[in-house]
Amino acid sequence: MMQVRKIHVSTTVNGEPREFLCEPGQVLSDALRNNLEMTGTKEGCTTGDCGACSVLLDDALVCSCLVLAAEAEGRRVATIEGVAQDGRLHPIQQQLLEHAGLQCGICTPGVVVAAKALLEENPDPSEEEVRFWLAGNLCRCTGYDKIILAVLAAASEIRGA
Amino acid sequence: MNDSVKTDFKYVGTRPVRPDGPDKVTGRAKYGADLNLPGMLHAHYVRSPYAHAVIKSIDFSEALKLPGVIATMTGEDLPEPGDKLMQGAEIEMKLSDMAPVVMARGRAMFHGHPVAAVAATSASLAAEAAALVRVEYEVLPHVIDMHAALEDDAPLLHADLITTGLDPAPTVPSNLSVDLALEMGDVDLGFADADVVVERTYSVPMCHQGYIEPHAAIASADETGRVEIWCCTQGPFMVRNFTSQLTGIEPGKIKVTASEIGGGFGGKTTVYIEPVAAVLALKSGRPVKVVLSREEVFRATGPVSCSETRVRIGAKKDGTLTAIDIDIVMDSGCYSSSSIMPATMFGAACYRCENQRSRGREVLTNKPRVWAYRAPGAPQSIMAVECAVNELAEELGIDPVDFRLHNAVEEGDIPVFGLPFQAIGYKKALQAAKEHPHYQAPLGPGQGRGLASAFWINSGQQSSATINIALDGAINVLTGNPDIGGSRASMALLAAEVFGVPVETVHPTVADTDSVGYCDGTGGSRTTLATGGAVIQAAEKLVLELRHRAAAIWGVDLDEVEWVDGKAVARTTGDLENLMDAGAAVQLENREMSLVELAETSGATGGPLSAVASLHAHNSAPAFAINICDAAVDRETGKVDITRFTCIQDAGKAVHPAYVEGQMQGGAVQGIGWALNEEYLYDENGVLENPGFLDYRMPVASDLPMIDTVIIEEPNPLHPYGIRGVGEVPICPPMPAVATAVNRAAGTALYDLPLSPPKLLAAIDRAVE
Ligand code: FES
Ligand code: FES
Repeated sequence: MMQVRKIHVSTTVNGEPREFLCEPGQVLSDALRNNLEMTGTKEGCTTGDCGACSVLLDDALVCSCLVLAAEAEGRRVATIEGVAQDGRLHPIQQQLLEHAGLQCGICTPGVVVAAKALLEENPDPSEEEVRFWLAGNLCRCTGYDKIILAVLAAASEIRGA
Repeated sequence: MNDSVKTDFKYVGTRPVRPDGPDKVTGRAKYGADLNLPGMLHAHYVRSPYAHAVIKSIDFSEALKLPGVIATMTGEDLPEPGDKLMQGAEIEMKLSDMAPVVMARGRAMFHGHPVAAVAATSASLAAEAAALVRVEYEVLPHVIDMHAALEDDAPLLHADLITTGLDPAPTVPSNLSVDLALEMGDVDLGFADADVVVERTYSVPMCHQGYIEPHAAIASADETGRVEIWCCTQGPFMVRNFTSQLTGIEPGKIKVTASEIGGGFGGKTTVYIEPVAAVLALKSGRPVKVVLSREEVFRATGPVSCSETRVRIGAKKDGTLTAIDIDIVMDSGCYSSSSIMPATMFGAACYRCENQRSRGREVLTNKPRVWAYRAPGAPQSIMAVECAVNELAEELGIDPVDFRLHNAVEEGDIPVFGLPFQAIGYKKALQAAKEHPHYQAPLGPGQGRGLASAFWINSGQQSSATINIALDGAINVLTGNPDIGGSRASMALLAAEVFGVPVETVHPTVADTDSVGYCDGTGGSRTTLATGGAVIQAAEKLVLELRHRAAAIWGVDLDEVEWVDGKAVARTTGDLENLMDAGAAVQLENREMSLVELAETSGATGGPLSAVASLHAHNSAPAFAINICDAAVDRETGKVDITRFTCIQDAGKAVHPAYVEGQMQGGAVQGIGWALNEEYLYDENGVLENPGFLDYRMPVASDLPMIDTVIIEEPNPLHPYGIRGVGEVPICPPMPAVATAVNRAAGTALYDLPLSPPKLLAAIDRAVE
């Protein structure tokens, strides 16, 4: 068989310049996890249906399993690893902990990334707005209740801060 | 109640942040697929394209021509399973029913059945190689529907399968693997006594546990044949035992480290990929990683039995039950394993009724072998009984809670499965349902309300814990139970309670199988009860040791030293006359040493502070749960909206109430999904049509209201802290609560789940005609 040549990608991840070699068909979630060893981004389906792989690509919330790794060339990727800053948890992370908003925790990185994007766009969402925004993030453990409460609490914490 | 059950708590019952929390909200926590090892190979499966076929030959030659393809495997690489029973399995099952699930042997039994595997230097290369493996099949007739499988001319799955549970045993083989019956009293007399009888048939679809993390494992082997496995599992010791029995590797040569686990719900209480990774690692001398795709998870792991249940139930005018007759048929997929026993035993366990009969049949079909899902078997039969009870209460004009209160089991009652009830909180839970604002609230236009209750037995099993106290007094707790929903927090709270120190000083670890005593898996609602019980015992041993140390330092007897709030304290009520002088008495009176002080000096007072406890827990106690559901039905589209939902559960002592609520909410939503949407759909070739989250639709955040919870704490009289077990019963009442609410809202009598829009629309049309 023909050896496929790998593609060289230069990108920015959480504000830092990163480079990697990927296969042409490799998706971004796989490259983040296995080439850059950033396994905080999870894969629950690799078909764009669970949201565990949520990242920001140039500030847009995407499922990184639906983006080719090569498409990250020259763009900015923000992952779960960049959410806590200077050794301090983001209010969404802290409120998820306070509210027991995770059980197994596999959906949590995706939820954190997605919820942060929501609050940056809409600092005062209603319960319904949170529910619709997070409709792409499957959680099989919690029934969503405590996740929703945590996001609402984080929103009010950020607004008050 | 038993005096030895503790009722006043300082830490148990509070809601601290879980110790593993920061790692899990930042992405640092390592799950199954998050580990890579140097030199690692990736495995890829070859799966059957047919629902039933003889495997005539497997040819790897083309695949092996690819540079970087290192090792291959088929069912022949596993030892002949013979007639042995699986050791360490929660239910009795044969090795020969287990081995072919891991890898087919001679015959593919369902579409997607693993037939072979290849290991190569990259995941994409392994996939490419797997596609080049030539398998010659002889296609056999298949059967997917369990009723069709029971017909005389159905294709036989196993030519030698004789139904168990019948006396005399049948002489001809069939696809009926189990036929069992339980009976008490005289059911026919009971029905003759009834003023009203309800009889109906209820169907529950095949579903999947739906954990978000696909199965993942890495195995590596050294030159002595010792194998290490890293995997996401509910039970690392189960993985060691099962892998050993399936591969022939001695258990002592296998070390299993459980990764963090991204959900299981029973689905990760068995092995699929671990033996394959171990065999390929031994053959290649390299670490081998196996990660299933979501499609593979749907096609070839789990799933959960579909069922059809005929219920007849009779009562007097005053609501007194006179007879209950349950007949349940469950589909186990291609090998026996289903939860037919609990389904048959527990359907009507909430009710005191002296005349009961319950028959359970397990049928084999060309689908993946089913496996446990939260309270395995119970949701299917409880669905039927609870819906029938609601209909009966309605016919009699009795409020459904009053009807249940009138017939509720209580301490001393003996259910059909024979174990008398100890103290239980079912009636308290019913009372709480009745008084709940939800139950009192008027319904909106077009809405219906359903209530259902449920029983689950909970398990105990074997557990161990080790506790080491560091020189600064930090308490390290080791157990062998993966933390699937906050169990580290519970272990920390229990240890903190015994030592009387802040929970933040306790550091729980999920240890590997070489580093801690045997623990059965995280499942069966048992971890807080049994592993927590071992933690309590180990902590109590250490408290005793700490008192010894203080007594030795002070030169007094052990019984003159008490342990109070994290400190050794000299008893002030001691016999002062025996002391040398009054001055010494005064000194002794004021003496205390904290845990930290005792830890700091431990090197000089007898060495490290360390204790182990292990137990076989026979003190589990049942759980009862009640759900109240309001639903609205869109009569144009058939879409159901759950508008309000409340869970009430007797949890025994709730160690970390937020995680108890979380179990209740999560189980409720899984049950809502099972009632409304989730369903395995097969085409006529026996191919699963919806092996992805898009078409196998689990509830998402926007589908749901808030899920209200009420925890009732009726202490388990057999457990030192009154712990009962929480995790499974929450999935039992939602289906009947939802089905009752929807049918009332729509004016229908549709009891063939899921209540999907097209079915509901058709039922509405039928009801209108
Ligand atoms: S892994 Fe990307 S959406 Fe599921
Ligand atoms: S916490 Fe397990 S999937 Fe969300």
